[in-house]
Amino acid sequence: MLGPVLIANRGEVAARIARTCRRLGIESIAVFSEADAAALHVEAADRAEPIGPAHPRESYLSIFALLEAARRSGARMVHPGYGFLSERTEFAEACASAGLVFVGPSPAAIRAMGGKAEARALAEKAGLPCLPGDPGADQSDEALEAAAARVGFPVMIKAIGGGGGRGMRLVASPEGFAAALAAARREAAIFGDDRVMLERAVPSARHIEVQILADAHGTVLHLGERDCTLQRRHQKLVEECPAPGMSPALREELGRRACTLARAVGYVGAGTVEFIAEAPLHPDRVWFMEMNTRLQVEHPVTEMVTGLDIVEWQLRVAAGEALPFRQEDIAWGGHAVEARLCAEDPSRNFLPSPGRLALLRLPAEAEGLRVDSGIREGDALSPFYDSMLAKVIAHAPTREAALEKLAAALDGCVAEGVRLNAAFLAAALRAPEMREARMDTRFLEAARKRLLDSLAKEPALP
Amino acid sequence: MAEGATTIHAEIGAAVWKIAAPAGTVVAEEEPVVILESMKMEIPVLAPHSGTVLELLVEEGQQVEEGQPLATLRR
Repeated sequence: MLGPVLIANRGEVAARIARTCRRLGIESIAVFSEADAAALHVEAADRAEPIGPAHPRESYLSIFALLEAARRSGARMVHPGYGFLSERTEFAEACASAGLVFVGPSPAAIRAMGGKAEARALAEKAGLPCLPGDPGADQSDEALEAAAARVGFPVMIKAIGGGGGRGMRLVASPEGFAAALAAARREAAIFGDDRVMLERAVPSARHIEVQILADAHGTVLHLGERDCTLQRRHQKLVEECPAPGMSPALREELGRRACTLARAVGYVGAGTVEFIAEAPLHPDRVWFMEMNTRLQVEHPVTEMVTGLDIVEWQLRVAAGEALPFRQEDIAWGGHAVEARLCAEDPSRNFLPSPGRLALLRLPAEAEGLRVDSGIREGDALSPFYDSMLAKVIAHAPTREAALEKLAAALDGCVAEGVRLNAAFLAAALRAPEMREARMDTRFLEAARKRLLDSLAKEPALP
Repeated sequence: MAEGATTIHAEIGAAVWKIAAPAGTVVAEEEPVVILESMKMEIPVLAPHSGTVLELLVEEGQQVEEGQPLATLRR
C-alpha cells in the first residue's frame, strides 16, 4: 500500500523524509537539480531522478519535471516537503490527475487556507477568535482609513498577496496611517499585488501554533502546540514544545480550535494552525492567524515530545490508513527546542552567506539530541536555495535543561567558507529573556547587537 | 556622476531580482531602490536619504558582486 515515494524537495527535509521511508521499509526516490547531483538528500534516498537546471523554477518548482520524474521512477506517492510546491493547489491536482497519491490535504483544503483573507473568514465562521480586522474589500484611501479607525490602533497593514512579512507596516496612531498606507502599497506592488488588509497589531506578541493530524475516516486530533516566537524577518529561527506558560486547559482549548478549523475544511493529513498570542497566555489573548497545509520545518520538536513520527503518519494517512490512536492517547513528555542553522551573518543584519563549506562540524546525534541536516563539508551553498542548512533539536526533562543542551550543541558547530548563525542562536538561548520566557517576536532583532556583543566578550570555541 | 549624487552599492553577491525605483523616481529615505535576491531571501537595497533616482547601473536578472554600484541618487 505504501510507496514508492517521490520526495519532491531537497536539503534537510528531503533527507528527513527519506529517513522515515527507510525505517518503514518504503522505497524512496529523491529528485535533484544540476546543482544538487551530489547532495546529501540524494544519498539519503534509495534512488534519484534528475529534474533540470539549478534554478528552482526549472527544477524543484517545475510540476512538469517532477511528474516526469515520478513517471520514470514508478513512484506511487509524492511527498512535497515544505516550501517549493507544497502548498500549491495545482501541484496537488496534477498529482491526482497523474494517478499519484499526494501526501497532503485535498486541493480544496489547500485552496481554502491559501489566501489570508479567505482563511480568516473561514476561521471566523468556524468560531475561532481573530484579531479585529478588515479584509480590504474597498481599497480606497477613505475606506481603509475608516476601517483602521474601526479596527483600532496600533494597526498592522498587510499586503493581501504578501507573505514572509512583505508589505507589512505597523501604524501606532491615526496620524501616521496615510503615509504608512502609501508605503505599504508601494512595497506590495513590487510583489505584483498592491491590495492591503488591516489587522489590529499585538505590540508584544508570541507565535504559538498547533500541530494537527487528521485521517480520511473522520478522526481529527492535535499533537499540542509549539512556540515559535524567536524570529528574524518574520521567519522562525528557534521553536519549542511545549510553549512556556501553556496550561493543560489552554492547550486543550487551542487544540479544540485547531481541530474545529480542520474539520471545517475537511482536512486530511498533517497541518498547522498558527496563532498570535499575548503573554501571559490566556484564552482571550490568543487569536487565529493562518493555517499551513503541509509539514512544518519545526515539526521535530513535536515528534521528540510526543514520540510520534509525523512523516510516518502523513504517509499512512495519505495511503488511506486510519489513525490507530485517539486524542487521549497523545501524551507530552519533557521539553524540546530546535534551532535552525542558516548560512547567514547576524552581524550584517542576517544577510545570507552563500559559498563553499570548506569546513563543517555539526554536533553528533545522541540521546535527546537530533540533527536534521541537508549538507556536509565541501558542499557548495547555491544562492538559488534557502539558507537553512540543518536543524539541531534538543530534548530534556525540563525547559531549562533543553535550552542549555541545545546551546551547548550549538557551541560545537563550526563552519568555514560561509557564515553560520550557530553562535548567535546559542547566545539567544542563554539570554535572560529566553530563560525567563519573556521573549516576544521582536526579541531577536531588537537584542541582536547585545547578543553579538556577548559573543565578542567570550572568545569563540576553536 | 552628477555632483552631490550618492552611489548605492550591493551589500552581497546576488541576483538583481527587481528594480523597485526606476530612473526618475522620487524616493523617501529607506525606500527600496533595488531588490536583490540570494538564498531565497529578497534583500531590499534602501535609499540612504530621500531624493530622485538618477541612473540604474544594473538590470533585472543580472548577477552582481559584493560592493558593485547599483544606482545613483540625487538629494
